[in-house]
Amino acid sequence: MIQAEAKNINVWYGDFHALKDISMTFEPNTVTALIGPSGCGKSTFLRLFNRMNDLISNFRLEGLITVDGQNIYSKEAKIDEIRKGIGMVFQKPNPFPKSIFENVAYGLRVNGINDRKTIQETVERSLRQAALWDEVKDDLKKSAMSISGGQQQRLCIARALAVQPRLILMDEPASALDPISTAKIEELIFELKKSYTILIVTHNLQQAGRISDYTGFFYLGDMVEHDLTKKIFLNPSNERTQNYITGRFG
Amino acid sequence: MTKKRLIQRIAFITFGLISLMVVGILFAILGFIAIRGIHVVNWEFLTAMPEDGMTKGGIFPAIVGTGCLVLGSIIFAFPIGVLSGIYTNEYLKDSWLKRFIRMMTNNLAGIPSIVFGLFGMALFVNYLKFGDSIIAGSLTLGLLTLPVVIRTTEEALKSVDNTLRLGSYALGATKLQTIRRVVLPVAYPNIITGLILSIGRVSGETAPILFTVAAYFLPKLPSSLSDQVMALPYHLYVLATSGTNMEETRPMAYGTAFVLIAIVLIINTAASLLRRYLNKKVKMD
Amino acid sequence: MKKFRKIFEKFIEGVLFSSSTITSLTVILIIVFLFREGIGLFQSSPLEKNFVITVSKQNPVQELDATQVKAIFNQDITNWSKVGGANDSIILFTTSDIATYYTEEEIGANFEFLPKKLNDFIVSHPGAIMYVSGKSLPPGFNGHKIKVKDITVSNFIFGKQWYPTSDPIPSFGIWPMIIGTLMVTLGALLFAIPLGIATAIFMAEVADIRIRNILKPVVELLSGIPSVVFGFFGLIVIVPLIQQMFHLIVGETVLAGSLVLGIMALPTIITITEDSLRTTPQALKEASLALGATRWQTLVRVVIPYAKSGISTAIILGIGRAIGETMAVLMVTGNASNIPHSFLVPTRTIPATIAAELGEAPYGGLHFKALFALGIVLFLFTIIINFTVEFIKNSKQRT
Repeated sequence: MIQAEAKNINVWYGDFHALKDISMTFEPNTVTALIGPSGCGKSTFLRLFNRMNDLISNFRLEGLITVDGQNIYSKEAKIDEIRKGIGMVFQKPNPFPKSIFENVAYGLRVNGINDRKTIQETVERSLRQAALWDEVKDDLKKSAMSISGGQQQRLCIARALAVQPRLILMDEPASALDPISTAKIEELIFELKKSYTILIVTHNLQQAGRISDYTGFFYLGDMVEHDLTKKIFLNPSNERTQNYITGRFG
Repeated sequence: MTKKRLIQRIAFITFGLISLMVVGILFAILGFIAIRGIHVVNWEFLTAMPEDGMTKGGIFPAIVGTGCLVLGSIIFAFPIGVLSGIYTNEYLKDSWLKRFIRMMTNNLAGIPSIVFGLFGMALFVNYLKFGDSIIAGSLTLGLLTLPVVIRTTEEALKSVDNTLRLGSYALGATKLQTIRRVVLPVAYPNIITGLILSIGRVSGETAPILFTVAAYFLPKLPSSLSDQVMALPYHLYVLATSGTNMEETRPMAYGTAFVLIAIVLIINTAASLLRRYLNKKVKMD
Repeated sequence: MKKFRKIFEKFIEGVLFSSSTITSLTVILIIVFLFREGIGLFQSSPLEKNFVITVSKQNPVQELDATQVKAIFNQDITNWSKVGGANDSIILFTTSDIATYYTEEEIGANFEFLPKKLNDFIVSHPGAIMYVSGKSLPPGFNGHKIKVKDITVSNFIFGKQWYPTSDPIPSFGIWPMIIGTLMVTLGALLFAIPLGIATAIFMAEVADIRIRNILKPVVELLSGIPSVVFGFFGLIVIVPLIQQMFHLIVGETVLAGSLVLGIMALPTIITITEDSLRTTPQALKEASLALGATRWQTLVRVVIPYAKSGISTAIILGIGRAIGETMAVLMVTGNASNIPHSFLVPTRTIPATIAAELGEAPYGGLHFKALFALGIVLFLFTIIINFTVEFIKNSKQRT
């Protein structure tokens, strides 16, 4: 079974060829780590799945991206609905300057859900799923800016979960956090895998090794190798992968 | 679901139309004055004295007067403003003094031009006994421009990357050397552009010169700093509101308005061209 | 050499420091000089210098306030009992009445007999009230001066009449101008705030870079056009338009002032609003879009709340621009000194009054002082505005 697929993807920013003929598939309830040196195109690739690159003015795409069999770049596809169905967690925690409760409720409200009971239930469920409920349940009215960075990032995860996405994209979600908060996020990813499919960009190879089932290695716009994480780390078939994994460049 | 997209579309189209309207207002004003004014403006209009109750002749003394006032005010305001901007941005650390000076500069910027007129009359004309004169008018206009010059300088300095300063200090340069050799060479295109734009502002001000220098009708050129002069904006005001023969002064008013607008247009264009040129030059060097 | 360098740097620093004090000094000087010239209005009798109001020695009335004096000389009050005197009718006598009572020969070529005649008059008319030059009264004059109460701040602010040159007592009530100024400003804002904010949003969040590159210089140009040119355009185009549209006798109205001021306040509002919208972090916008919000929803729920304080600053500075604007308003509002009851009547604003009248007010006279007092009022308005902006900025920094 396939949850999401990229087929013959080419991306340009103006004249710059950022991604070259990439094809990948992602199975449900798996975690796929996208690794590679800075500027290799892994973040660009990730952001194709919720059409975030559309915000860049000289962005151009060829190829097909499907999620649950739906071509998300087709003419009929509505960009806001695509994005609603695909959660995203960013590099730096970016909670809105609103209360904790309103942060989680945001996705529901902008998608036309106004029923108070539904919202309350969803906020609690999402915060529980993000393993944050016990820490903030008495402070839901407090500003999201007042909690710690690690908590903020889990709040951002809860915010993404509230709209029940089909796919969760994580763009180096732990790179701005301390080791303890990072461990909590990794634990959380492991839990979330039971119900969601996750794509995660990371700079941290150990992290990729710990949390992912599959790993894709990107290098200068090429997808060099995509396989089971174990295979990539223990017995990569490509020499460039080997060099990266063993730390010869990066 | 389509509802929220419909709202977005309606909102964005409305905002677009409103923006178009703002553009329309500008072109309506410019176009109206250009169409009525352009055929009044010729060599004679620019170089002759006004005649026959200001219904004939030209606006030469007003052009010269405005030139004198602009020159006088920038000689006063530019050095002081630029130096002040350098001091607050480069020398002062975040302290009460910096906040105080900023606050006072902002306060000065917010004071209406007519209050400057009152002040200029009380201090320069009456107290210091300069009388209605170019010097009184220039100083009043200069004080009015000062906050603009300071702000321009500060903005330009602020946009200079701080690592450049640190790099210079790391090589043992003193503060003054750093400012002179590193900071100012990078910041000066934006400072110069800002200064040029402020000339446009000064040449159009009326209220501050009403009681400090402007003459209603004075068909001769100034010979000293203590002379009164005519000035373009005040001349337009006079022509538009208190001429003896409104119908016949109207073309002169259109012509004067056209000249005023042309000055602003030329200055704005010159400023942006110069900015582009200088910035390119800074990068090339 | 090293030492010289150090002294040189200190010297330059001193020069820079002195330059940076000029603005503060100017603000202080403005305050000093406005008050120096304007405050005198409140310590002086409303009578012109050297002129006195006198009544017969027998008259028990000692003191009158300005309104009573005015009512007496307008013949609204004709009996002394109304102002606390005896039941006796009032006989007016002003400088211009001299000729009606006495021939030139009786007064003398150099007014040498005038003092005596004035004394005779007050003796023969115990109900008389005289408004004459104090110098023309003889020693041992058979009357006493009426003390006229000084002009008070509240008379000045809340007085409804502005007749700065009327005889014998001018009125300096600026209430109509305060209302006029506020109404013109309010009208301007009703027009400029929605237009300005909508344009700023369009520039910052909707338009692509090419359209923005057209709009930006348009706004800059609009802010560069001199205010007399706006006034002139208003006078020639907007005023006749309003006159025709609403079938008015005169088109110079509050509405005309509001429209012209609104256009003039637009660049301020647009520029500052756009700048503050741009400070919203890209990360917050992306987070919102990633949750399925449309750009419009992101704008309303994330960007605008984030830029709230910047937008309020824009509005307040727009108010400041409108309140202080002089020439354009002077040219299109008709300068009638009455309290406007609608947007379609003429009015006059504080700055326009100063600009229109200062040229004719004799130096140091009451009228002159009153105009400086108006300047103080205007100055206070702008100080309040500046401090509000300062307050918003500081409270933003704290959160």
